[in-house]
Amino acid sequence: MSVDALIEAAKLTPNDYASGQEVRWCPGCGDYAILAQVKKTLANLGLPREKTVFISGIGCSSRFPYYVNTYGIHGIHGRAPAIATGLKSVRPDLHVWVITGDGDGLSIGGNHLIHVLRRNVDLTILLFNNRIYGLTKGQSSPTTPLGHPTKSNPFGTLEHPVNALSLAIGAEATFVARSIDVYQKHLGMVLERAAAHKGTSFVEIYQNCVVFYDGAWEYATDRQVKEDHVLELEHGKPMLFGKNRNKGIRFRGCVPEIVELGDGVTEADIAVHDEKAADPTVAYVLSRMRYPDFPEPIGVFRAVEHPTYDGLLNEQVAKAIAARGEPRSLDDLFHEGDTWEVPEDGAPSR
Amino acid sequence: MEPPISSTSNNSAAGGAEKGQGVMEKRVIELEEATVRFAGDSGDGMQLAGTQFTHTSAVAGNDVVTFPDFPAEIRAPRGTKAGVSGFQVHFGAKRVYTPGDKVDALVAMNPAALATSLPDLVPGGLLIVDIDSFSQRDLELAGYKSNPLEDGTVANYQLVTVEITRLTREAVKDLGLTTKEADRCRNFFAMGLVYWIFDRPLEPTLRFIEAKFGKRPVIAEANRRALMAGYHYGETTEVIHHRYVVPPVKLPPGTYRNIVGNQALAWGLMAASRLSGCDLFYAGYPITPASDILHELALRREFGVRVFQAEDEIAAVAAAIGASFGGAMAVTASSGPGISLKLEGIGLAVMLELPLLVIDVQRAGPSTGMPTKTEQADLLQAMFGRHGECPVAILAPRSPADCFDIAIEAWRIAVKHMTPVFILSDAYVANGSEPWRIPKMSSLPKIPVEHPQPVEGEPFLPYARNEWLARPWAIPGTPQLMHRIGGLEKQDGTGAVSYDGDNHQRMVELRAKKVALIAKDYPPQVVEGPKSGKLLIVSWGSTYGSVYSAVQELWATGQDVAFTHLRYLNPLPLDLEEILSRYEHVMVPELNLGQLALLLQAKYLRPVHRVNKVKGRPFAVNELVEAALAILETGEKASQTSENVIVEYVK
Repeated sequence: MSVDALIEAAKLTPNDYASGQEVRWCPGCGDYAILAQVKKTLANLGLPREKTVFISGIGCSSRFPYYVNTYGIHGIHGRAPAIATGLKSVRPDLHVWVITGDGDGLSIGGNHLIHVLRRNVDLTILLFNNRIYGLTKGQSSPTTPLGHPTKSNPFGTLEHPVNALSLAIGAEATFVARSIDVYQKHLGMVLERAAAHKGTSFVEIYQNCVVFYDGAWEYATDRQVKEDHVLELEHGKPMLFGKNRNKGIRFRGCVPEIVELGDGVTEADIAVHDEKAADPTVAYVLSRMRYPDFPEPIGVFRAVEHPTYDGLLNEQVAKAIAARGEPRSLDDLFHEGDTWEVPEDGAPSR
Repeated sequence: MEPPISSTSNNSAAGGAEKGQGVMEKRVIELEEATVRFAGDSGDGMQLAGTQFTHTSAVAGNDVVTFPDFPAEIRAPRGTKAGVSGFQVHFGAKRVYTPGDKVDALVAMNPAALATSLPDLVPGGLLIVDIDSFSQRDLELAGYKSNPLEDGTVANYQLVTVEITRLTREAVKDLGLTTKEADRCRNFFAMGLVYWIFDRPLEPTLRFIEAKFGKRPVIAEANRRALMAGYHYGETTEVIHHRYVVPPVKLPPGTYRNIVGNQALAWGLMAASRLSGCDLFYAGYPITPASDILHELALRREFGVRVFQAEDEIAAVAAAIGASFGGAMAVTASSGPGISLKLEGIGLAVMLELPLLVIDVQRAGPSTGMPTKTEQADLLQAMFGRHGECPVAILAPRSPADCFDIAIEAWRIAVKHMTPVFILSDAYVANGSEPWRIPKMSSLPKIPVEHPQPVEGEPFLPYARNEWLARPWAIPGTPQLMHRIGGLEKQDGTGAVSYDGDNHQRMVELRAKKVALIAKDYPPQVVEGPKSGKLLIVSWGSTYGSVYSAVQELWATGQDVAFTHLRYLNPLPLDLEEILSRYEHVMVPELNLGQLALLLQAKYLRPVHRVNKVKGRPFAVNELVEAALAILETGEKASQTSENVIVEYVK
């Protein structure tokens, strides 16, 4: 980055990242809060607008790129990770974000999500999970709870929901996190961490759809109860939760259990979160902890360094070019192997 | 004209230009052209034998056209007709354009190969069989009730029975190979023998053996010995009485090499990348018969080629679109089934108005169809396979070497007009090979590419248009040109989302006009033969060779026939309508049920004669000559095409 660009970037405020296009989400939609935090994150990190690209699929969340003053593609349903992979492969200099939802990312685009995570392309993926199809007006999504009535399943959804973070960890994700639309400070922290991670960062954001599934995450957002239902993970800190932070998670082997401090149980018995663990098992177990049996963890589950796809690809290209010393011309390539000359007089020679 | 091999059978009075006595008093007969087919089990190495013989013939200065024909299974049931793999090569001292309707010399490594290939051998043709593979069991597997070598089946051919298996084992016996390993060298013995018969140099194949098997010296030595043993067998045996020489062809001056269609396409893409200064990004998913493009490009990291093997066909086209947005030369390739999956993505590229190359190496469909067999039945998929009004440019290569030029032309169109461009190759062109005059990169015209920079005081309009109606290709990283594009309808100029009906009509028409304007750039459509008259034959894609050969035969007998070949399928050349109007009859041969014919009839409101074939093989020249003669003689087609049969059936 040039000095000018640095100075320019340093001056940017969240408002500088607003595109000026009228935002058309429903009043009260959780997406507004996420948009605000993303703009703040961009400003905090000083990401140059011209070097930043937002790529999305289809759905309410996927309108996101129109609202940020960067480069962007509003793609087709489910394919944003693939579009982003192509872009990042040829332009590793760019900061590429993928905006998707529970339908876009986990249903029609499920395959792409698995493979982008496994490849560890250096992208930041935000999956807005509202447990419903909003843009198409209220059908079941892959995260709709079993039995929940929707327009496509008026007698109750018949399918077991997918756990986005378990899926991501199973797909070898190197950065896995969760936050909630109304947890502004926490969300901002998670977004900054995700943007700074080298490799695919996968962030599930619980987002409230006020029209088609209002209150889907009420247990995690209601002021009266949320401390008992949410566990904020912090690296190196014990897994404590509850209004009085008197409850914690203890592991018996691989099996977590809720314990209360006191009565012989001390902080030393509480599991300490290690987001850098090379083995993803504990992160996976944490991802399995769901309401109402457990408090649901938020924060960074896993953050490990692995080579990125775009890094490896461009390294191979650079190495192949360097190995030659001087670049071989296409003319050389075309003449490799057996050739023969036909002279001007037309009499060929071997 | 030289006498064919079939007239030099042992009993007939040999004609031709005798060039003197060969070893063992064998006569050398000069031929203008010949067609050889190697046929055997799919594990017998027939593709390698055919490829090497082709390569050697090309290096020896012949024109060559090939037809590899193999089953979809890697190892189909051994010894059965389903498992037969064949490689046919037509080589000449004159220009040749097809792999040959009939075979002059056939190598059959087992009874199944004999059964499937014998109908294509000309009467009196040379038939070489591995007699060791004609046991009762082998005969039964091939469906023979009696031994065809003994029951009169092959009475009309010059039969040469050779103990290929035994002699190969003998040649490699002290190398410590297992019988199985020794038998894998049989193809080299057969090659050696055929090389001797056609006076081919051994050096290119010896070099190939060194390059391919050099790391396994014993295998290399075994193959070398088998090759030499076959060659010497020809020299010393009493059963082969003639050698045939096909002198070099007179080609335009230059340096030549033999090239396979998919390789030429890959190299054309690399050349286009250099000429345009855009790094090549290729995204693909494995599929027959397109995978060799992926393999070739994957080797070329040192030329800045970035190859992405995607998780599926949809991801491949999507990644290509992302790369195009970033300023790369974006390419994806597949065959029919994969293209079907990509169509939504191609629609997005049409809406985004980004340059993109989509290569469809067509194969016999629908669905999985016959994956290794050729067909031209994806033209209408390329034209109309997407929802909405969604025009793209479509080009088709006419031969393996032409794939190189087509790739460059397609990218030139894609960037100049900011549009996706289809290249309709097919299995026949993709796997076939021919001599290619190697161009100098410096002699090829550059492909201008412009990425706009901000202009002080002027707002950036991502959907502003130039005189070709192309929009600017502004790429991320450019300050102040930040913009968002997407699949939603765009407001004319600004590119903002718009649901306005009048604007939509304007944009649909603009996109259609933009693609239509591409035709203004074409060179004049070439017509060979009379400028007007009774019959014009229109070909496209890989049928060029067969059609051109048929036209030459028709001219030789004084027929009133003209010929034009379409390189550009969409938009069609602007002068085509007028050209068609100058002829009483128009004949359109296609390896489908009449897809170009449908377009021509719809667009120009004139009837055309359809000549259609969907057998997984290219046209035989003879089929086209007959179809043309029928039109010339009766004004109607005599032979019933599938289309006619279907119409009759429905009536």
